[in-house]
Amino acid sequence: MPIRPYAAARRHLSITDKLYEVNWGLVLLITIIAGVGIAMQYSVAGGHWDPWASKQLVRFIIGFVMMIVAAMVDIRVWMNIAYPFYAVSLVLLLGVEAMGMAHLGAQRWISLGPLELQPSEPMKIAIILALAKFLHGQSVEDIAKPGRLLIPLIMIGMPAVLVAMQPNLGTTIIIALDGCALLFLAGLSWWWIVPTLTAMAAAVPVAWRYVLHDYQKARVMTFLNPESDALGAGWNITQAKIAVGSGGAAGKGFLEGTQSRLNFLPEKQTDFIWTNFAEEFGFVGCTAMLILFAVVLGYGVQIAMSARSQFGRLVAMGVSLNFFFYIMINGLMVTGLIPVVGIPMPLISYGGTAMLAVMFGFGLLLSVHVHRQVEIPRHSTGII
Amino acid sequence: MPLFDRKDKSRYASFTRRTLMLSGAMGGIFAVLGARLYQLQILNGHEYLEDAEHNRISQRFIFPPRGRIFDRFGVELASNRRNYRVVIVQEQASPSVEAVLDSVAKIIQIDPDKKQRVLHDIAVNKKFAQVPIVENLSWEEFARVSMHLPYLPGVQTDIGETRAYPYLAEMSHVLGYVAAANQKDLDKDNDPLLAQPGFRIGKRGIEKQYDSEMRGGAGASQVEVNAYGRVIRELDAKPSSPGKDVWLTLDCQLQRYAEERLGDESAACVVMDTATGDVLALASSPGYDPNLFNVGISTTAWNELLHNDHKPLLNKALSGSYPPGSTFKPAMALAAYDNGLADLQVFCSGSVTIGNHTFHCYKKGGHGHVDLRRGIQVSCDVFFYEVARRLGIDKMEAAARALGLGAQTGIELPGENSGFIPSAGWKLARYGVPWQLGDTISAGIGQGYVVVTPIQLCTMAARIASGKALVPRIAHVVGSRFQPQPMPGALPFSPEAFAAVRDGLNAVCNEPGGTGYAWRITEPGFEMAGKTGTAQVRLISKQEHDAGVRKNESLPWNLRDHALYFAYAPAGSPRYACMVMMEHGAVGSHPHVQMARDILLFAQRRDPVKLPTAYPVRAAEDHREGEG
Repeated sequence: MPIRPYAAARRHLSITDKLYEVNWGLVLLITIIAGVGIAMQYSVAGGHWDPWASKQLVRFIIGFVMMIVAAMVDIRVWMNIAYPFYAVSLVLLLGVEAMGMAHLGAQRWISLGPLELQPSEPMKIAIILALAKFLHGQSVEDIAKPGRLLIPLIMIGMPAVLVAMQPNLGTTIIIALDGCALLFLAGLSWWWIVPTLTAMAAAVPVAWRYVLHDYQKARVMTFLNPESDALGAGWNITQAKIAVGSGGAAGKGFLEGTQSRLNFLPEKQTDFIWTNFAEEFGFVGCTAMLILFAVVLGYGVQIAMSARSQFGRLVAMGVSLNFFFYIMINGLMVTGLIPVVGIPMPLISYGGTAMLAVMFGFGLLLSVHVHRQVEIPRHSTGII
Repeated sequence: MPLFDRKDKSRYASFTRRTLMLSGAMGGIFAVLGARLYQLQILNGHEYLEDAEHNRISQRFIFPPRGRIFDRFGVELASNRRNYRVVIVQEQASPSVEAVLDSVAKIIQIDPDKKQRVLHDIAVNKKFAQVPIVENLSWEEFARVSMHLPYLPGVQTDIGETRAYPYLAEMSHVLGYVAAANQKDLDKDNDPLLAQPGFRIGKRGIEKQYDSEMRGGAGASQVEVNAYGRVIRELDAKPSSPGKDVWLTLDCQLQRYAEERLGDESAACVVMDTATGDVLALASSPGYDPNLFNVGISTTAWNELLHNDHKPLLNKALSGSYPPGSTFKPAMALAAYDNGLADLQVFCSGSVTIGNHTFHCYKKGGHGHVDLRRGIQVSCDVFFYEVARRLGIDKMEAAARALGLGAQTGIELPGENSGFIPSAGWKLARYGVPWQLGDTISAGIGQGYVVVTPIQLCTMAARIASGKALVPRIAHVVGSRFQPQPMPGALPFSPEAFAAVRDGLNAVCNEPGGTGYAWRITEPGFEMAGKTGTAQVRLISKQEHDAGVRKNESLPWNLRDHALYFAYAPAGSPRYACMVMMEHGAVGSHPHVQMARDILLFAQRRDPVKLPTAYPVRAAEDHREGEG
């Protein structure tokens, strides 16, 4: 790899250059997926823009603008503000503990004047930025040192514990997965990875006994045997499977789904939106959708590999993997392969903060792509 | 140190390797997802489709019949009657809800307001919910719609129940009304019934006070629905539990007479049994027709009620607060008698100067020599200025509170105002200004900071008449529960003091010169004893005092003084206490005293407390269960 002089990395890109450099194919894919999401919101409301589809459209437009603006910002700027952004997100999470209002029995929302914010969403992005910045400064040998490794583990642990206290198991898992994936990509030694995984497997019974809430245990139990409680907690799983399965090969057609709309499913517009899609568009539609998701992820991997800075590579992969973890957990959950945890399908489920967080993540990915030629020395803190 | 070194190169290689590993893992997960979807949708698709077809068990609510309201003689004041209604189910309406509504509008009248409401209800409810289009149809209209049903997809007719108030506005302030729950109600109350379209809850009066008792419990019917949500058959039903009936202490006839006598004036009247404190009539005029709220009041009708200067939505008997004026003097007289002022003699010259302020008597020339009895009879202000000056605010406050003023009486109705009796400490705390002697003097004739409600004044009348600490009470039986009827306690006044004040009140009405003599009850044995009062609405300037205070008749209605009057009868052995308040009614002909006179005469002739009541002896639900 040729070593470029630092000055070349400061090559000035005008806004026009940057707009030209944006990966518009990826933007188009994202728009198509979000469009499908809005159509689903329209469908579960029984063919009405209210109450979900119209709001979702507005949020997508805001998110879209945010994505493009984020793409225009130099990645060294993102690197500069990574720690402050992380700190603010952490304070907001603490705020939720202190003064958040109860929502669905869990403390997840914070009121900032007229805005209601779910601070666990920006935290997913903040953890990626902050870890990418930290790991950017570490060589493979550095990360193997226990003293160095402790820092990113604390950075992951603090928000994970706060989110787990809300309690919000799904987001805790996502934050932990995002963090671990970045450590893995930064070159964490297998000598750390293998024993840790072994220890975690051993810890499962302990967690079951002392850590999980009753409702979380109930979800796992009903997952293992949904028919035992077919009208209670097993209801969701059974109904979700019926809705997905009844879609068949070609689906029942747009607006023709009955299972989700007849309110057999709770949270039909949020976590279980995929069931409605599967029912209306069948196996063909689902496969097409999975391919769309896969292509988006492919773009993410390609962008990560072509970036010249470790920070850019880590951010690009972090954002892509974050998107992937959402799809994985939600997809496996609604098809009854894992227990129900509150994770939405990105870009498709109804929800404001989640939509904005995902779009902002794509903005970062595009920024990495636009500034892929920028090189940042290992010991630089990102200052331009 | 070079900017980039070997370590960078090695970690880039490692990154690329591991990214490819993760990509492979992602691909693997996608393959798992795809395989699972293949299994669910292709391999087992038919089974799940069949499950979906059978997945049609839906829960429907069965509304409980709302408890009825009776008066003491078993007259139904609020009941439920058959409600012929037309409902629409969005899922079945074709081509659109609007088009179907327009077709319905060709058969029966639907106003545009109503149409908007239906569209709104449809938007917020589930697609298979029955949303009422019109309710309370006549049989003829109902039959007409039923005949056209085959041409009205999505429209159904059904017979429900609706609240009926046979006495319209006459009972409105006691009974209140029912209406659909609003967002605030839904936030406060978790009962799933509240969110059902067409369900009504109590919003005011007794309907609100005993809403949870009268509401009853929802029943549920498990129904099988087809793919469009239409009910195919009922599988299982759990009957609703009916709401509990409420029996009031009111006498419907006396109540109606009182309402009739108040007419269109902005006035309130309370009649109480002086033996028990049971409220026999509680009227506030003007009223409103509670039936209007039942099906949703129109905006015009609501605005009319809201902006009427006679305030028809306000229960003035409980929620209106007024300076008591001279009706406060008997309370002062009681305190005076027991505090060594029984033999107080005052010379009234028409005004008295205390400190550097001149206090006027309402009679310009003065009353001359006045003692306690004559002070009450002619309502001499100067006499009570002196009483107040000697008693001091602490003793005055204690006496007023002992008679039930300045605190909620605790009657079983929502929205009761507590009135206010000032104290020296309150003024300092509230305004940071010490209590002045002048404040005491004004309070002595029921002005200044003193405000009371009509129900408090009626309670005071009953307490003076009986000498016991009676508490007003309006509900006797709620469901199976008899409302507590505590023994009235003693009052901190001596029997001699009561005797002297009653003598004075008797003189007001039944001796020439008394302020109520012109409007006395002349029928022997029915005489009343009472006290008039005027509550000043405007400030009277010094110039006006000197030039002569303007007569109320010459003022616009809303600047005239409020007129108050309480009385009990028969004067010798009281059975009924009555209070009439007329807003801006202080004119020479004392219409409010005439109202009270007629109402008390009617009450004595009818004598409801001597008639046998029809209260249920056994528990109401036991009775119903016995029937079923």
